[in-house]
Amino acid sequence: MENVVLLAVDGSDGSDRALDHAIARAKQGGAKVIVAYVIEWSPYSFNTPEENATRHKRRETEIERANTEIVAPALAKLQGQGLECDGVVRHGHPAETLIEIAKECGAAQILIGRRGHSGLKSLLFGSVAGNLIQTAPVPVVVVP
Amino acid sequence: MKRILFFLFTALTIAGPAHAGIDETINNITAPIASFIGTVVFFKVPIAGANLPLVVLWLVIGAVFFTFYMGFINLRGFKHAIALVRGDYADPNSAGEVSHFQALATAVSGTVGIGNIGGVAVAVTVGGAGATFWLIVAGFLGMSTKFVECTLGVKYRNENPDGSVSGGPMYYLTKGFEERGMVGFGKFMGTFYAIGIFIGALGIGNMFQSNQAYVQLNTVAGGALDGYGWLVGLILAGVVFAVIIGGIKSIARVTEKVVPFMAVFYCVFAIIVILMNFASIPAAIGNIFSGAFTGEGVTGGALGALIIGFQRAVFSNEAGIGSASIAHAAVRTDEPVTEGYVSLLEPFIDTIVICTITALVIGTSQVADPNFAGDATGVAMTSAAFERQISWFPVPLAFGALLFAFSTMISWSYYGLKGWTYLFGEDQTLQTVYKLIFCAFVALGCVVQLGPILDISDALVFLICVPNILGLYFLAPVVKREMQAYVAKLESGEIKKFKH
Repeated sequence: MENVVLLAVDGSDGSDRALDHAIARAKQGGAKVIVAYVIEWSPYSFNTPEENATRHKRRETEIERANTEIVAPALAKLQGQGLECDGVVRHGHPAETLIEIAKECGAAQILIGRRGHSGLKSLLFGSVAGNLIQTAPVPVVVVP
Repeated sequence: MKRILFFLFTALTIAGPAHAGIDETINNITAPIASFIGTVVFFKVPIAGANLPLVVLWLVIGAVFFTFYMGFINLRGFKHAIALVRGDYADPNSAGEVSHFQALATAVSGTVGIGNIGGVAVAVTVGGAGATFWLIVAGFLGMSTKFVECTLGVKYRNENPDGSVSGGPMYYLTKGFEERGMVGFGKFMGTFYAIGIFIGALGIGNMFQSNQAYVQLNTVAGGALDGYGWLVGLILAGVVFAVIIGGIKSIARVTEKVVPFMAVFYCVFAIIVILMNFASIPAAIGNIFSGAFTGEGVTGGALGALIIGFQRAVFSNEAGIGSASIAHAAVRTDEPVTEGYVSLLEPFIDTIVICTITALVIGTSQVADPNFAGDATGVAMTSAAFERQISWFPVPLAFGALLFAFSTMISWSYYGLKGWTYLFGEDQTLQTVYKLIFCAFVALGCVVQLGPILDISDALVFLICVPNILGLYFLAPVVKREMQAYVAKLESGEIKKFKH
C-alpha cells in the first residue's frame, strides 16, 4: 500500500487539530497527505425550478469557495513544512464520499477532527467521524 | 402563520358582512368573459351526440402519433427511466449538479396539484366512471408526448451568461426550426408559445389552484368563509407575493420539501379509504370499464366519457403543453434523451397512479352511496368521499390542497416568467410587472366560481399546446435520432452503469 493519508477537513477547530496531527504523522513516516473537503449534497433532494436553473453556477462557486477558504490554507501549511500534498473538493454524502476518495488515492489511513457534538446533536445530524469508523475500509484516526 | 391567522381574524371582524357581496360582483363581471374565451378556443364539433373540442382531438392525435413513432417508448423506456432516476448511470464527477431525480421531482411537484384531487372529481361528475378509464389511457399516451418534449427541452436549452439555464418550448421551437432553415417560422412559433405560456400560467397553474384551495378551506370551515373568497384570495396572493417578489425563498423551499411527503400521505390515506370501501371495489372497477365503452348516463355516451377523461388528464399531467420541459431543462447530462426517459415517469406518477387512486376513492364511495357528496363537485366531492370513512380527513386534506396549490402556483409563476423573459428580456422591472399580474390572478381565482375558471383555464392551456405539438411533429425526427444513437451507445457498452 502507498504511503498516503487522507485528511478530512471542514474548516472547524477540530479539523485544524487534525491537520496538525497529519503534519506530525507525515513527517514521521514521510507520507503524502490528501486534503479532502466534502460539500454535503444529495442527488435525491427536492428543489424549486429556480434553484435547479442556477445550480450549475452555484456548484462552481461552492467548489471554488471550499478550495480557497478551507483546502488551500491547509495545503499551504503542509507545503510550508515541506510535505507532499494534494487537495480534493467533492459533492456528496460526507462519509461515503470520503471513503470513495480514500479508495481512489489508495490511502492507508483517514484522519478526521472531532466536532465534539453532544449525544443528542449527533443523533439528530449524524456524525461523519462516527460513520467513517463504522464503514471505512482503512483505519480511521479521530483527532480530539 | 400566527400573523396570518390574526390578520384573517381582524379583517373578518372589520370587513363584516357588508363586503360579502364583493365575490358576487366580481363573479358577475368575469363569467361572460370566461364563457366567451371558452367558446372561441373550445371550438366544438358535434360527433355522434357528443361535442368534441378540436383541441382535445389535437392532443390525442399527437399523443397517439408519438407513441407509435417512438415505438412505444412509454412501455419500453420505463425500466431504463427508473435506472436513470436511481442514479445508476450518474457520473460521480458530476456530483453537485442537478440530478435526474431532482429535475423529475421539481417537475412532478409542479404537475401534481389540485387537478389530482379536484380535477378527477370533475371528470367523474361530468364523464361518469368511464372517464377514469380514458384518463388512464391518456396518461399512458401522454408519457410519449412528454418524452419528446423533454428531450427537446434539454437539447435546445440556452446557457445564459450568468451560468443559469433556460429551456422549454420557446427555445426548442426557435432553435429547432432554425436548424431546419426555417428561421422566421421558428421565431413566430417560439413567440406564439411564449405568449401562450405566460397567459396560460394564469389559469391552470394559478386561478384553478387558488380557487380549489379556497373551496376546500371553506368546506372545512363549515361554510364560514362563504363570501370571503376575496379575503382568502388576498392572503394567498400575499404569500405568493412574498415568495416571488419579496424573494422569501425559504417558503418555496419548505413547500418544495413538504409536498412530496404530502403526496405520499395523500396516497396512503386514499388507499386506506379504498380498502375500507372494500366491498365496493369490484363494482367500482366494473363501472370504470363498462362506463368507458357504454358511457351510461353521460352526454355523448362513451365518446363523451372519452373526451372528458382526456381533457382532465391533460389538465393534470400537462403532457403536450410543454410546461414541464422548462423544469426538466435544468438537468445536467451529456445525453438530452436521458431526460426524455426520466420525464416518462411524470404522467405515470401523476395520472396513472395518483389520479387513478383519487378516482377509486370517489368510485367506491359512489357504489356504496350514490349521493354521498350531494351537489358537491371538484375538491369538495373528493373531500366528502374521504370524510365518509375518516371523519377528520378533510382538515389535513385542506392543508394538503393548500400546499399542492401553492407549489403548483410557484412552479407556474416560474414557467410563465420564462415565457415573459423570452419575449421581453431579463429586465427586472418588467419581470416584477408580470409577477404582480400573477399575484392578482391568485386572488381573483378565489372569487370566481369553478365553472368559469375551468372554462378559462382549459381554453388557455389548449391554446399553448397548439404551437407546442405542431413543433413536436416537426422535431420528432430529431428526438428519434437522438434516441437511436443513445440506445446504440447503451448496447455497445459505451455508456456504462456506474452503480451495479
